[in-house]
Amino acid sequence: MNFLSLYIFIPLLMLVGLWLAKGLKTVRGVMVVGSSALLMLSIGLVIAYLSARHAGAAAEMLFRAEMMWYPSLHIAYSVGVDGISVAMLLLSSIIVFTGTFVSWRLKPLTKEYFLWFTLLAMGVFGFFISIDLFTMFMFYEVALIPMYLLIGVWGSGPKEYAAMKLTLMLMGGSALLLIGILGIFYGSGGTTMNILEIAKLHNIPLAQQCIWFPITFLGFGVLGALFPFHTWSPDGHASAPTAVSMLHAGVLMKLGGYGCFRVAMYLMPEAANQMGWIFLILTGISVVYGAFSACVQTDLKYINAYSSVSHCGLVLFALLMMNRAAATGAVLQMLSHGLTTALFFALIGMIYGRTHTRNINEMRGLMRIMPFLSVGFVLAGLANLGLPGFSGFVAEMTIFVGSFQHFDAFHRVLTIIACSSIVITAVYILRLIGKILYGTCTNKAHLKLSDATWEERLAVITLICCMAGLGLAPSWISHMISNSVGPIVSQLIP
Amino acid sequence: MEYTIFILILPFLSFLFLGLAGKWMSHRAAGLVGTLTLGAVAAMSYLTAFLYFTAPRLADGTFATLIPVNFEWLPFTSTLSIDMGVLLDPISVMMLIVISTVSLMVHIYSFGYMKGERGFQRYYSFLSLFSMSMLGLVLATNIFQMYVYWELVGVSSYLLIGFFYTRPAAIAASKKAFIVTRFADLGFLIGILVYSYYGGTFSFHPDSSMLMAGGAAMMPLALGLMFIGGAGKSAMFPLHIWLPDAMEGPTPVSALIHAATMVVAGVYLVARMFPLFIVYAPGVLHIVAYVGAFTAFFAASIACVQSDIKRVLAFSTISQIGFMMVALGVCTSLDPNLGGLGYMASMFHLFTHAMFKSLLFLCAGCIIEQVHSNEMSAMGGLRKYMPVTHIAFLIACLAISGIPPFSGFFSKDEILTASFNFSPIMGWVMAIIAGMTAFYMFRIYFGIFWGTENKELHEKLHPHENPLTMTIPLVILAGITCVAGFIPFGQFISSNGQAYHIDIELSTALTSIIIGVVSIALAIFMYMRPTQPVADSLARKFKELYTAAYHRFYVDEVYQFITHRIIFGCISTPIAWIDRHIIDGLLNFSAWSAYATSDSIRSLQSGRVQQYAFVFLLGALALILLLIL
Repeated sequence: MNFLSLYIFIPLLMLVGLWLAKGLKTVRGVMVVGSSALLMLSIGLVIAYLSARHAGAAAEMLFRAEMMWYPSLHIAYSVGVDGISVAMLLLSSIIVFTGTFVSWRLKPLTKEYFLWFTLLAMGVFGFFISIDLFTMFMFYEVALIPMYLLIGVWGSGPKEYAAMKLTLMLMGGSALLLIGILGIFYGSGGTTMNILEIAKLHNIPLAQQCIWFPITFLGFGVLGALFPFHTWSPDGHASAPTAVSMLHAGVLMKLGGYGCFRVAMYLMPEAANQMGWIFLILTGISVVYGAFSACVQTDLKYINAYSSVSHCGLVLFALLMMNRAAATGAVLQMLSHGLTTALFFALIGMIYGRTHTRNINEMRGLMRIMPFLSVGFVLAGLANLGLPGFSGFVAEMTIFVGSFQHFDAFHRVLTIIACSSIVITAVYILRLIGKILYGTCTNKAHLKLSDATWEERLAVITLICCMAGLGLAPSWISHMISNSVGPIVSQLIP
Repeated sequence: MEYTIFILILPFLSFLFLGLAGKWMSHRAAGLVGTLTLGAVAAMSYLTAFLYFTAPRLADGTFATLIPVNFEWLPFTSTLSIDMGVLLDPISVMMLIVISTVSLMVHIYSFGYMKGERGFQRYYSFLSLFSMSMLGLVLATNIFQMYVYWELVGVSSYLLIGFFYTRPAAIAASKKAFIVTRFADLGFLIGILVYSYYGGTFSFHPDSSMLMAGGAAMMPLALGLMFIGGAGKSAMFPLHIWLPDAMEGPTPVSALIHAATMVVAGVYLVARMFPLFIVYAPGVLHIVAYVGAFTAFFAASIACVQSDIKRVLAFSTISQIGFMMVALGVCTSLDPNLGGLGYMASMFHLFTHAMFKSLLFLCAGCIIEQVHSNEMSAMGGLRKYMPVTHIAFLIACLAISGIPPFSGFFSKDEILTASFNFSPIMGWVMAIIAGMTAFYMFRIYFGIFWGTENKELHEKLHPHENPLTMTIPLVILAGITCVAGFIPFGQFISSNGQAYHIDIELSTALTSIIIGVVSIALAIFMYMRPTQPVADSLARKFKELYTAAYHRFYVDEVYQFITHRIIFGCISTPIAWIDRHIIDGLLNFSAWSAYATSDSIRSLQSGRVQQYAFVFLLGALALILLLIL
């Protein structure tokens, strides 16, 4: 058995452990051990992957394993990783690890909460290691369903509405996706569900591609908050419990970008070239529109949700530029946005847990009251607006430079428009920081609030270190991603 | 000279150390860590300068450009990558001296000035961060490295302006500074993108084959966009509005960032790209000159009527940076003898200005520390109480007014010569602005140290000379201001790199001295005595002009209008509304219509057997009828 399957087995073991666990301590114990094991596994995977590449492994995907489980439709459990999925797996395990600590004191039904949380994580991991279309789709669904319960039961505000909206929209997306996947399967001759083999066959007729490409892209795009199908994101994030927001914005939204690239664009390159411009305009709108929307929001989570729309829009935007540098930037942006937004949501949750309000007009001068959380918040804000030294800068600059190398003037003009989002981002981030952290606190009830607890500190510090690590020494991961992006992009360039 | 990398590493380590461990350190220890680090940096800078300028010149008479350290930091494509490294050439070495000297003085000075302030450790850690970023900016080996540090100086400036984060004015000022410069940085970034697309590189020397293939035609655009970035940092009109507000930061910060170092980054950027400007975009270079000249005049006229001494100094800074931009902009050739004199003049003025302007700010800090106010009305007659500050301030005033033998005379004289060579109109405009400079500087000089004394306040506060940590930097900087003019600057820096011998042209020198002296005399006549009838009657006579200038010609109000009304009111709010009501409304509508449809047909599934039987019967009848017919 291949060691990538541990990404499925560890969560399964955790599920069993949680199911058997009695008492809060055991539940926490299982989560800490399990999520640390996953984090270790990811770090190990990065090292193993890099050393395998260093040793000269030239295959597109490494650590392959395959097991047919539904032969009549050629559906196999087939796993393998390249630089993109390694990066995503690393991100996911960091978020799961920190999410565990952020949910440390969550009540009620802690055990059930963690059960669903782990199931969600399993779906995410399964998605990133799969290279079989159908298995990938299955894991995608595994990740979606728990979301409904996590928001509906443990959420806040109009949670039933938000949970329903989010699940229905994403389900709508996955319905499209299923059609798209079947279209790809039959279009390529109906002999295999394996992504790499379909790409090698490269035989889907253009006329069919032009039908399945938009369907598949849209299906994944809904998850990546593509304009105008992004409205589940603000409501869903606002109502979700903290760790679920983190996991959702940090990882689940990346499934969208990953799927668009790995499935829609990789398997149907001609259609992507022909129809890409439509989506390029939509994503361009996402980038600017999300940023402008964030400027006038008053709910902390809405601000971050719209900011996510803008930043995730940048991911799809860069992918559609169809060159190597921009696509590398897109993957870096997934990574960076995942870390930054998770940190943001974590901090927002922590502040909300104390002040019981998310309205920025009702908070002032938190810096003096909770210095640790506030400093974390400032750092998250600066990372979000692309300060050099944090991951956001690396990702955005790779995207902008890459996109601007496009030979077509239309694409370069769009890049300039997308660039302007960095100014708008600065506006809403600084507005936010200035309003809630600086100044003098006038609310007497807030004066007695406590600063972060140890497990909150652990989560915040972990995320900040990852962001700074990526931002200060980006070259290794950029190389790793760039080398794996190469084969996909070369497929796209006619 | 590989050790030069430590010029960047040491302050960064100090920043991290003070930022992380500062909480558990005493004020004194934190200050010492910061100051000693900067001391080491300054020592290395002086050593580098000594080694660099004493090394033998190359065969063509220029100093070698050294790149002791360079490594790939972030690869983009096979040809484009961000490199990090250290570049030593005459201007970067000169900037090293400027930054480390002023920064060291400010570190020492802050011991006294920030004594007992809450967040003392944080202050020193931010100072270290700023020093690192600024040094990285000038040592950049390529335009993108410059941009990286450019952003970092922006954020350190933001953090330091907002250092007193409980004051609403400081919060607003820090936000404004960051957003305005960020907006300008967008121009810089796009400029870099255009440059890299058509020049094929981020280095300062574009690929000649790319330029031949049509890239040269796009260089003016690229350089012009980069200049927008420079104009934002260097507070050129109309992007100057953040600098006066930035005075909300602690005064030593104003001296370091907003007078001597960061605000001249734009000048440095133009100087760095100067060879390209001259060859590919002389037209843009002249735009630089006009923007600089207008800004210099505009800011000088506002400085004449402000009553807050830090604001006067801020507008004076804007005006002086305008001088430097003009000097660069009037260049028409790479040869200093044939129209390239301005380059040297600009760098010379940058050097001398950094010294005397930071001196002025540090003096202002000493005064504010004693009278607890920035307003001139709280001052007057302070020469009795603070003799050292008084003399230092006077020296700096004479220097900025262009009176020999102080440093400002020499550098400003070169700028005027270069301007007169470019066109007599430009020359005279700059000469008049130089006169205005002398006038407003002596206006505040007399307002602070002579004029009407605010006796009531002074009896309460007993102003006196500050501790040695604050006066020693003043003495050192005043000393530099006295002698810096005699540095044979052209020997080290000139537009083509070869040694250039500075001649003081008698006619220009005399003109500038006469204008300076007349302006000072005018200031004496108007402001030295306890009452100021002339000034008051002038202010009454030109009331509209006076009020407009006092309100800084309402540029801030225009910005307020654009940001609040247009961006927030006409773009963001409607977008947010559309998102909630139209886009989301459509979605809710589709959900509702699905619900309504199922609601309307659900009566078919009522569960009543009689109804089913009835419908069944009807259907059967219909079928029978259909079959029979």
